[in-house]
Amino acid sequence: MSDIKKIKEEYLEKLKSNLNIETVNKIKTELFGKNGQISNSFKNLGSLPTDERKKFASDLNAVKEELQNIINIKIQEIEIKEINSKLVNEKVDVTLPEREINRGKIHPVSQVIDEISSIFSEIGFSVEEGPDIENEHYNFSALNTPDHHPARDMHDTFYLDNNKELLLRTHTSPVQIRTMLNGKPPFKIIAPGRTYRSDSDQTHSPMFHQVEGLHIDKEINMGHLKGCLNYFIKSFFEVDKIKMRFRPSHFPFTEPSAEVDIGYELKDGKIIIGEGDKWLEILGCGMVHPNVLKNVNVNPNKFQGYAFGIGIDRLGMLKYGINDLRAFFETDYRWLNHFGFDPLDVPSNYRGLSR
Amino acid sequence: MKFTIGWLKEHLDTRFKDNEIIEKLTDIGLEVESFEKARSEFDSFKVAKIINTEKHPNADRLKVCDVDIGEENTIKVVCGAPNAKKNLFTVYAGPGSIIPKSKTKLTISKIRGVISYGMLCSENELNISDESQGITELSPNKYSNKIGKNYFKNGSGKVIDLSITPNRPDCLGVRGIARDLAAAGAGKLKDISKKNIKKNGPQNINVSITKDKNQGCTIFGSCLIKGVTNKESPKWLKDKIESLGQKPISAIVDITNFVMLNLNRPLHAYDSDKIDKEIIVRNSKKNETFKALDNKEYKLEDDMCVISDKSGVLGLGGIIGGTRSGTELNTKNILLESAFFLPKSIRKTSKQLNIDTDAKFRFERGIDPNSIELGLTEAANLITEICGGTISKFDIQKTQKYKNNKIKFKISMFEKVAGFKVSEKNITKILKDLGFEISKKKLELELKIPSWRPDITQPIDIVEEIVRIKGYNNIQTLEPEKNRIKDTLNKKQKLFHFLQRSVASKGYYETVTWSFTDSKINELFKEDYKEIKIVNPISSDLNVLRNSIFPNLMFYLKKNLDRGFKDISLFEIGPIFKNNQPGEQLTVIGAIKSGKNFRNNWNEKERNVDVFDAKKDVFQTLVESGYDKRNFFIRDKSPNYYHPGKSGSLYLDKDDIDPVAYFGEIHPNVVKKLDIKTEALVSFEIYLDNLKNNKTKLKDQKSNFEYSDYQKSERDFAFVVDKNFKAQDLIEIISSVDKELIRSVKIFDIYEGENIPDNKKSIALNVTIQSSDKTLNENDLEKINNLIISTVEIKSGAKIRS
Repeated sequence: MSDIKKIKEEYLEKLKSNLNIETVNKIKTELFGKNGQISNSFKNLGSLPTDERKKFASDLNAVKEELQNIINIKIQEIEIKEINSKLVNEKVDVTLPEREINRGKIHPVSQVIDEISSIFSEIGFSVEEGPDIENEHYNFSALNTPDHHPARDMHDTFYLDNNKELLLRTHTSPVQIRTMLNGKPPFKIIAPGRTYRSDSDQTHSPMFHQVEGLHIDKEINMGHLKGCLNYFIKSFFEVDKIKMRFRPSHFPFTEPSAEVDIGYELKDGKIIIGEGDKWLEILGCGMVHPNVLKNVNVNPNKFQGYAFGIGIDRLGMLKYGINDLRAFFETDYRWLNHFGFDPLDVPSNYRGLSR
Repeated sequence: MKFTIGWLKEHLDTRFKDNEIIEKLTDIGLEVESFEKARSEFDSFKVAKIINTEKHPNADRLKVCDVDIGEENTIKVVCGAPNAKKNLFTVYAGPGSIIPKSKTKLTISKIRGVISYGMLCSENELNISDESQGITELSPNKYSNKIGKNYFKNGSGKVIDLSITPNRPDCLGVRGIARDLAAAGAGKLKDISKKNIKKNGPQNINVSITKDKNQGCTIFGSCLIKGVTNKESPKWLKDKIESLGQKPISAIVDITNFVMLNLNRPLHAYDSDKIDKEIIVRNSKKNETFKALDNKEYKLEDDMCVISDKSGVLGLGGIIGGTRSGTELNTKNILLESAFFLPKSIRKTSKQLNIDTDAKFRFERGIDPNSIELGLTEAANLITEICGGTISKFDIQKTQKYKNNKIKFKISMFEKVAGFKVSEKNITKILKDLGFEISKKKLELELKIPSWRPDITQPIDIVEEIVRIKGYNNIQTLEPEKNRIKDTLNKKQKLFHFLQRSVASKGYYETVTWSFTDSKINELFKEDYKEIKIVNPISSDLNVLRNSIFPNLMFYLKKNLDRGFKDISLFEIGPIFKNNQPGEQLTVIGAIKSGKNFRNNWNEKERNVDVFDAKKDVFQTLVESGYDKRNFFIRDKSPNYYHPGKSGSLYLDKDDIDPVAYFGEIHPNVVKKLDIKTEALVSFEIYLDNLKNNKTKLKDQKSNFEYSDYQKSERDFAFVVDKNFKAQDLIEIISSVDKELIRSVKIFDIYEGENIPDNKKSIALNVTIQSSDKTLNENDLEKINNLIISTVEIKSGAKIRS
């Protein structure tokens, strides 16, 4: 018994000092090797009388375990130390630049279309589309704008043939016609898309974007129109209150017609929407003209409703402080980078439209 | 439509202040464009101060003065006046000014080699005294803080400019505007005072309206005024004309213009002595010509409505008169015309000849057919008052009678459309004030529409009148209901939005470019599509609809390269056009990438972008969008604008007819033609219309989740194959050896060169083998190895490389 105790104490002492891995391994062999002291003690176990054997064996096992543990810890310590000392030499300059980030951008027009769709989705509108090339009928005549109507002069139209039959749509309103011809009321749609007018200066671009809205049902009146647009404008500009003004106007395809202004003020050269006593015209709307409904085989005595058309680019300019409409379409890398949106930034109502 | 407040008040008895009138106009749909002082030709005469004078280098008597005109910089004016000296306050006239005395117009001019920007004026030149010795001297006390201000007071009142919508011709006259304001409660419409003019003798120039097909004139009223003395208009009339920014011409012309602006009743005055016997209103014949009052010679087509005499065309009815019968200052006898022309006819003719006049603008919108006599009376009265003369009886030729239209209006309709109630009494009052004659029948109003309102034809128009006059602010704001009839986006639209953001997430900047492009660039990308010309393009380099996304992307890529950018990734998702009919368009993503990857990067080797960059992006995009990569099939065919050896087309399935995408390097010849300077240029296109929409949702396409925990083994092979043998085929052969066991096949090396015959290449692959029901032993593995080798060798003629 005292032998084991001695061995234990002797080696515990030895292991206390600062050792290298070779020495620890040597100690390990001395104790647990083929002829190691502990191994030998086990061999002697058989020669002991039975009554002592049990006790001795348990003491021996305890010592074995203790020494083994300490040796293991020692080895681990030494290994960690060794790794750590190596790591000092492996240090890199983490302030060196990261690998290239490939970050793309979504164009403001696309982002705004997504915002608009998200808002109208909340109040039950679905998205419809129509072709960019239209014929005269869908773009004008079916919309109660016959050839001799002076309102046609307000649309500088691009034509694709000399008979002026084929043209680039001057507004998204023909989608109303196509939608109603292809379905049955009720209708509750928006139609965002490209529109074209042969007009080009600081505030006009030969191509721009509009979103058309149409809601036809049995009892849709001007109050619904006002409510819908009020909801939209508030949601879009993400303000609680908005000053809105409906002004009588004229479009051949709606009667009564209105133009809508929103209040704004200029602060440090920036437009602040919703406050102030200046007015900004942002959209045209009205109750769909009975003639239009007749043209698409909808009975105007049973169904009525409203339509509106909003300039998408202009909304984007106002919300995101973009001054020049033409820049939208000039593909300046710097501009796209500056005004573009992260592709993961998908507008939705529950996460907020804009970040 | 312009007018002054003063003029408006000649028709409207109102206590409204100016700003209240402006607000009311906007509220009732007469949009106010501006409300400001009329610009006067005297605005260009400014108070100025001479800061410095120098002797003119080439002329002893002239000086070059530095003049402060209240702007940031002083300007140089050459002046010959002896009194021009430093610190003198005087009057400066800028370029464009008309000098009151001489009526000459100033321009920027060189005077003996020195440029003079305008002129310093003497009192004589300004018509304020006879003093012509030297320039005007202003008292420094009075003028020292007025530098840059107008020297002359602008005497004209404030002018309202309305933008009148095309449905409201009646508001193209001041009286119509006053009527609307009165109906809206802004005052009372005054009566037009009754003119008692004496009519002596017959109108003895015979007038006839021929019965031509589509005759554009239905009423022609006229009278003769004999013995007039045409002259400059009196001040009140000149002021009125000038306040609208128009130029007074002579009393007779000014009076006809005044009546038009006042009552929206266009008139025309002929010098009756120049009319050859009679007036014939008829259709023109092709190639007839006449010289119009705008001094242009017009060549007419068939069937335009002309006013003619025995010798030929005098003018285009309702559009423009001719010089042959125009009034002049020495005109003695005039024929005054007050007529009605059909809007369609006016519009057609003016479009064909491209003429726009005040009369045309009004007639094409619709003039009150019952205002013929009123117009003649008002103008004849003024002409005799100002120019003297005697008036003949009126001659009115008519081919059609005008009766006021009537409509029945159900009172309940108003609330149904407008959503709020207005009392019947109130409705009746509004309509009466607007000129309707009303008789009540039970729940309906029978309305006689005023003849000046051609826009009102059906009950909905009555709703508009009432809600407009009542005010749009009375419309309630109803909370929108949130019920939905249909999904917001259909499958195709969802895919569009997904792809758009997926491509952007690969580092591409989304752009939006015109749907039209330059035919010269388009030509390089149009392939088999038809060129679609725009008849009236905005400019000659935007003259066709695009047959591909690339023409514009390439054009703007070049612009950005010129800005100094090198590594550019751009894409656009939008329409391209196959032909010129509605619907003959495709939705396409076009993406391009130029330059290098890892340019100037400290730890990555930089390299040119290549076809496999494009391939990766197109694959990843489609995989993210939910398409199964395992079925993708590549062919090495692509449109001609791609590099023939470094491009391909992608099919969702081997058996598909239409590719969903192309990818590759752009053909070097195209790059050269476009003068694009970059190290490398790759691109891809995705055709959304060819992407099939899976009928089931992605969630329903998923199979049960099964996996194997048995040991995986990997084996490497190297096969020597023909140089043009496709990797895709080799992978396909190996994969189909045992679809159960072979989990993946990866190519990790391609080798050509030493130890490989010239027309061969070596493809090295790593194959992962795993069973779902057991751990494979050496024997099993050996078997599958051998099967792979033998199958490949048989099917491809390859040899395993030892």
